[in-house]
Amino acid sequence: MAEHRTAAFVRTEMLPEKAPPVSEVGIIRWLRENLFSGPLNTVLTFMGLFIIYFMIKEYSPWLRHSVWNAASVGECRDIVTAKYGEGATGACWAIIRDRWNMFMFGFYPRELYWRPTLALGLLIFAAAPVLFSESRMIRMWVLGVVSVFLMVAFPGLGVPNGDTALLAVLLVAMLAAAWARPWALLWLTAIYPGLAVWMLWGGSVWGPTLAMAGFVIGWAAWLATRRLGTILSVGAAVLVPVLWWLFGIAPVQAFLDAGLPFAIEGVRSEKFGGFVLALTIGVAGIALSLPMGVVLALARRSDMLLVKALAVGFIEFIRGVPLISLLFVASLLLNYFLPPGTNFDIILRVIIMVTMFAAAYIAEVVRGGLAALPRGQYEAADSLGLDYWKAQRLIILPQALKISIPGIVSTFIGLFKDTTLVVFVGLLDPLKGITDSVRASFEWKGAYWEPYIFVGCIFFIFNFSMSRYSMYLERRLHRDHE
Amino acid sequence: MSEAKIERKIDRSHMTVTDEVAIQITAMNKWFGTFHVLRDINLTVNRGERIVIAGPSGSGKSTLIRCINRLEEHQSGQIIVDGTELTSDLKNIDKVRSEVGMVFQHFNLFPHLTILENLTLAPIWVRKVPKKEADEVAMYYLEKVKIPEQALKYPGQLSGGQQQRVAIARSLCMKPRIMLFDEPTSALDPEMIKEVLDTMIELAEEGMTMICVTHEMGFAQAVANRVIFMDQGQIVEQNEPYEFFNNPQSERTKLFLSQILGH
Repeated sequence: MAEHRTAAFVRTEMLPEKAPPVSEVGIIRWLRENLFSGPLNTVLTFMGLFIIYFMIKEYSPWLRHSVWNAASVGECRDIVTAKYGEGATGACWAIIRDRWNMFMFGFYPRELYWRPTLALGLLIFAAAPVLFSESRMIRMWVLGVVSVFLMVAFPGLGVPNGDTALLAVLLVAMLAAAWARPWALLWLTAIYPGLAVWMLWGGSVWGPTLAMAGFVIGWAAWLATRRLGTILSVGAAVLVPVLWWLFGIAPVQAFLDAGLPFAIEGVRSEKFGGFVLALTIGVAGIALSLPMGVVLALARRSDMLLVKALAVGFIEFIRGVPLISLLFVASLLLNYFLPPGTNFDIILRVIIMVTMFAAAYIAEVVRGGLAALPRGQYEAADSLGLDYWKAQRLIILPQALKISIPGIVSTFIGLFKDTTLVVFVGLLDPLKGITDSVRASFEWKGAYWEPYIFVGCIFFIFNFSMSRYSMYLERRLHRDHE
Repeated sequence: MSEAKIERKIDRSHMTVTDEVAIQITAMNKWFGTFHVLRDINLTVNRGERIVIAGPSGSGKSTLIRCINRLEEHQSGQIIVDGTELTSDLKNIDKVRSEVGMVFQHFNLFPHLTILENLTLAPIWVRKVPKKEADEVAMYYLEKVKIPEQALKYPGQLSGGQQQRVAIARSLCMKPRIMLFDEPTSALDPEMIKEVLDTMIELAEEGMTMICVTHEMGFAQAVANRVIFMDQGQIVEQNEPYEFFNNPQSERTKLFLSQILGH
């Protein structure tokens, strides 16, 4: 064995950085690493390319032969045959062109289409100060696109020019607010629930106004009883508004309607359908299920045995049964438990059930986020003297919710897609309810793919937006080593 | 076991122990399940004292100081902090916690908040200090721990030593009368231990009442007025530092000292 000697070594000059070899950069490296990193991957790459080629070859004629102008499925087929020969197939988008309003609005009165459209536009404005508070550029882009959409949609929906001009003034004012003082838009956020209900269902302005006033009353009750202890003040803040909603609103509204009548044309829930229905249930469910889910998650981790048991029981029961069974309960059984003559709207009942269903899932997602936080965060908050609620609000939940964003958004997307299940309680969801009723007409009998593809695309747009937003939010809240 | 050399001269002009009792622990016991983790602890800490608690791991020293601000609940005996007895009364607990600062081994800064927000959060939400004033106090303490330029960064962007100094400053912003240190340098690289110890020494020089669980025997010798040695959940020996290190009485203490100082 040769003697190995270690000679002393001192570096006198530090080595400069050099460019990597060509095979380690650019497209060549990308191809090698991602597509041709070994024999198996090379084979898989070519198989994938072949499958893509096959699908394009098989399905592109159907899309290329699309027909947009026809009065019926039969006419579509005739046009395709005439143009491309016997046996050729082609998509019949004429059904969408003819019945798009059914898919969007269901049986909502045609002359009132602008109301749900405006409600959707205002939703984005109301959400902007919360969702896009940090970046003015993104905020203005989103709101600009919404404004253009509304300005195009209004004349298209047959709104008189004078009213469209009014909308333009409103939009300019709101865009200016979004540019200069986005927090001012929080007023819109605060009144939006009542405003949206009023615009969708119409009727007297006092109903939604007084219902929203319940929250102010609850807040006032909390302020008034705050000195008497937490339990009492929270009880008052819950009980007083509930009593107000159950017994207070009706007489006050009757009085106001007699004295100061202000109403727009009412639309009954049975008229709702298509994406108006899906979005009404979806947006309400999403907005309500998050706070409810967070409260449930905190309750499940509570030290108080009763609170914990109630939360566990609720979550496990709701998660343990199919959503459809809850919807059946909403549509059939609930009426038996309510006093006769109670007019408890079917859409409201469905929203409650969907909210509870999603809240149970969100509670579990958030619980995961809470469990993922190191114990040190709780201890640091405790050792600084923060009480439970302040520690939760300022330290724990901001971090736990950030961890839970992907799970929460998945639940939201699931909820939005699950709104199609309302077809089982007789409501006209866009996927089956509307599609079936469109196909029930003689002209469009036999059109299968086109309505489903169309509805699927619209769901995809909404869900993909949510997904992208959640990724943007995760990036925005990223706080580790930069 | 690292041992940072304390080279600086320590100004003892304000390091005076008074007769006023800051913490009084009487016949305190604690169990984790069936494990008797703290056994009959009696300890009186006067205002201005600088106490170092040493002992092998699992001896209950961390648990002891965590009982003082009730991060851990004791099952029998009495703990009185600044005249307030710790019971299950949440008001008393929050009162004690806002008077007692704590520094943790793993810093436990709030990663979603900037350094400045970490420092001002408790003053604003617990003490109801106006934000502007809280910012000023926070900047004062950041200057003191020598990292004012990091105020707008997030904890994840700082080194371990810097994070621990921020954690100390965060506690100080609440103007505590007592500071607890739970192995504040154990998670740090050797070159960062010194900067944290320097900050702690400055604090001692100003007369802060301090209880430190630490393995830094250099710090104990330089700063502490009393060293407590714990083993198996009990206080085995306590003495002033010179006597403790040069003339330990119990066999257990001798063994421990030979293990940590013997190389």
